[in-house]
Amino acid sequence: MATPSPRTTRRAARAAVAGSALAALSALTACSAVGGPTADGTSTGGGTVTLVTHESFALSDGLLAQFEDETGLTVQVVQQADAGALVNQLVLTKDAPLGDLVYGIDNAFASRALDEGVVVPADVSAPAAQDAAAYTVPGDDDGALTAVDLGDVCLNVDAVWFADQGVPEPTTLESLLDPAYRDLVVVPDPVTSSPGLAFLLATVGAFGEDGWVDYWAGLRDNGLKVADGWSEAYYTDFTGGGGDGPRPVVLSYASSPPFTVPEGGDEPTTRALLDTCFRQVEYAGVLAGAANPSGAALLLDFLLSDDVQADIPGSMYMYPVSSAVELPEEWARWAPLADEPFEVAPADIAENREQWLATWSDTVIG
Amino acid sequence: MPPVPTTDRNLAHRPAPGTGSGVPVGGGGARGGGARTGSGARVPWRARVPWRSRVGWGVAVALPLVFLATFFVWPVVEIVGRGFVDDGRLDLSGFGDVFSRPRTWRVVGQTLAQAALGTLGAVLLGVPGAYLLYRCRFPGRGALRAFVTVPFVLPTVVVGVAFRSLLVDGGLLGGLGLDGTFTAIVLALVFFNYAVVVRTVGGMWERLDPRTEQAARALGASPWRVLRTVTLPALGPAVASAASLVFLFCATAFGTVLVLGGRRYGTVETEIWIQTTQFLDLRAAAVLSVVQLVVVVAALTAAGRARARTERALTLGGPAATARPVRLREPLDAVAVVVTAVTVAGLLAAPLVNLVVRSLRTPRGWGLDNYAALAVPQDTLAVSAWQAAGTSVRTAVDATTIALVVGGLVALVVSRRPRRTSARRAVAGLDALFMLPLGVSAVTVGFGFLVSMHAPLGLPVDLRTSPVLVAVAQAVVAVPLVVRTVLPVLRAIDPRQREVAATLGAPPGRVLRTVDLVVALRAVGLALGFAFAASLGEFGATSFLARPQDPTLPVVIFRLLGRPGAENYGAALAASVLLAALTAGIVAVCERLRRPGIGGAW
Repeated sequence: MATPSPRTTRRAARAAVAGSALAALSALTACSAVGGPTADGTSTGGGTVTLVTHESFALSDGLLAQFEDETGLTVQVVQQADAGALVNQLVLTKDAPLGDLVYGIDNAFASRALDEGVVVPADVSAPAAQDAAAYTVPGDDDGALTAVDLGDVCLNVDAVWFADQGVPEPTTLESLLDPAYRDLVVVPDPVTSSPGLAFLLATVGAFGEDGWVDYWAGLRDNGLKVADGWSEAYYTDFTGGGGDGPRPVVLSYASSPPFTVPEGGDEPTTRALLDTCFRQVEYAGVLAGAANPSGAALLLDFLLSDDVQADIPGSMYMYPVSSAVELPEEWARWAPLADEPFEVAPADIAENREQWLATWSDTVIG
Repeated sequence: MPPVPTTDRNLAHRPAPGTGSGVPVGGGGARGGGARTGSGARVPWRARVPWRSRVGWGVAVALPLVFLATFFVWPVVEIVGRGFVDDGRLDLSGFGDVFSRPRTWRVVGQTLAQAALGTLGAVLLGVPGAYLLYRCRFPGRGALRAFVTVPFVLPTVVVGVAFRSLLVDGGLLGGLGLDGTFTAIVLALVFFNYAVVVRTVGGMWERLDPRTEQAARALGASPWRVLRTVTLPALGPAVASAASLVFLFCATAFGTVLVLGGRRYGTVETEIWIQTTQFLDLRAAAVLSVVQLVVVVAALTAAGRARARTERALTLGGPAATARPVRLREPLDAVAVVVTAVTVAGLLAAPLVNLVVRSLRTPRGWGLDNYAALAVPQDTLAVSAWQAAGTSVRTAVDATTIALVVGGLVALVVSRRPRRTSARRAVAGLDALFMLPLGVSAVTVGFGFLVSMHAPLGLPVDLRTSPVLVAVAQAVVAVPLVVRTVLPVLRAIDPRQREVAATLGAPPGRVLRTVDLVVALRAVGLALGFAFAASLGEFGATSFLARPQDPTLPVVIFRLLGRPGAENYGAALAASVLLAALTAGIVAVCERLRRPGIGGAW
């Protein structure tokens, strides 16, 4: 063994082959993520502004570049998988914030963000700020959170299924307790899904502190299915989502039906029940301790600009707060917002959310 | 056992002349008790360790330790610490609170039950699979080896679609009534972890010297008896290794549990996830993290004992020497074929085929439209699925490189069997320490990163929003996989081989190179495939990291599935198939690294 036998050398050669194969693999893949081209660091003209947001954030190609051209700033977008966890992450990182601006705090978590002092007031000059003011979180007098968009979380029904079965579509929350709708409803778990939480809040708004638990007990006894998240419910359990599931009533958004217009058809196969909705408002705010607060304010203004507001329906499936921009045609036709969504005051949500979720879990999950 | 004529392939691993037979011999004294004495006694090569060698070993120990301390221990301590410190004072009242909730006990019980059954299922099905895929030759073996690895990397949200759309009422297997049941969770855990057993055990099995079994057969033992008394005992360490990995994966599975069973079957992991991300109840999360740590350490200790009991030097051959054609007449082969066929077709292929079939369905009928959509930037995602695949592979290259270096060093150090008891304990401790990242909640680590990585080691770099951290987080999880794959092979080296080399005048570096490295490289293909797969599948804390702009493929799939519309759904499924194909392809390439003709017997 001490003197290199032909075998050892051959093995060493093979080892070298393995090594070079590894190296070749790295070379093939353009070195590595670290060495490869990254989005940041391309232009550093006016500094960097970092947007912290959730996984659903998206804007049409070129919009952010346009902002960068106009301001000389470089925008870095940092996305978090779970919208519900976003505020909690911001609370945890208060002392060393993850970025400059947060977008995507909804009204279920708004009070918590304000109470924890995660965001600070900023001057917004875009005209849409007037519209946004209508959604100011009660108690947020200085305007630390600015509404950017909104949407309604509503039950959706598969109209084709109901027509085929000759069963009338349900219309209200109460109607789902009818034995005719046994085993037909699926909703996401409010503990693990933010639309799920919104629907729990809709029932709190509809039936009050005293009534919502009984309502859910009734749903449970009528064969309610609880899925883990929106994707599971909509694509696996729902009949009309494309996945051919078994249940024709699902919790989704008022904006979902336009996506079910079949190829060549002229109207959607699903419908939102506008008497079952809870309004979600998404806010943005400058983070306390931001490294670039002025850049954050510019970016916030940009989110309220007509260009971004007009882009929101197409890219994020929400409704713009701005009254100046027009909705896409199919939205105006097939995805109206509810006239009177159920409401729960943000402060009430902040105070009771955990208790409500615990009670809900005990009632529905057992 | 009578000496058997050696074939040249086994030459390198034949025990030193004069020690007699080719059957397992000493050297396992490390943790195996006094029965087998550490054979180092005769040649005290360690007594005169030159300083260069000491520095070398120091680095080999220090580098992985610094890595683990920075990117695992510190974040975990930081976040768990926040749960136990209230206003600067230690506050342990959380224990009383959490343990007085009946739910806690139920959750602990369910964790143990799921992990135990998942592990049992994976081992029972995986060992015959390892035999068939690594000890036998048949057409399509390479493809099948790559195929069984695919489930291991699929994002849970995809497995949710693939599994649940089969099990749901009206689905192909809806009649079984499994949707949302405990059984469905256990089946999915086996689905995910089957490959872990097949690869870990198979990697050892293909190198076991067949002559021992042949000799036993020649002496009249039945095939079953040979299996029971010769083969399985020799595989003991590999089975224990695999089982401990699977147990950790099962005990910390959270997406699988939530998607397939819901919170009714909540485990310690899902509970930590909920308390941390949804309620920010760090006190409860910290207590549960400690509970998890206790469970995991107990499991690792048990596995370590089991390994040590069975571990010893073996005669290892090259894979080509041990593989032989399948013989269906042989009862063992027949059983292995049947079990593996049922597992692969029923458990692994059904959901995956379901996925592929669904990905081919478009609003206009059957077609490749969904795949065509992958080439263009998805709607508003700004990147195409192909670009995301590129990002995934680049990140995986980084993570795999880190994992191979760190894991390789750990395996090397841990493979030593020092004679001093304290040193032996230290080595065993090091081994267990590097397994912990698999057993500690991904949420804990992910949120730990958030509160610690804004200035790692006091450096003014914010790693939290850097792509580097994604690769590092993946590497932390891949390291134990590398260790578990390389270590059984290194440990099986007869220490006397090194002694012989040393006695003949080879300096320590040379001994390492010509003995350890040569043998270790044999396991590298396996380890590489594993690490790559783990990285592509984005295990562990990665899913809780804040994402910089360039999304990876699993992230794109996740985003697509979060949008309404048949096109998005179809594209998500097609992207999942792409991820599966990518994984299978890379694993197959890694396998080829070891094939005779390219890798040969190294």
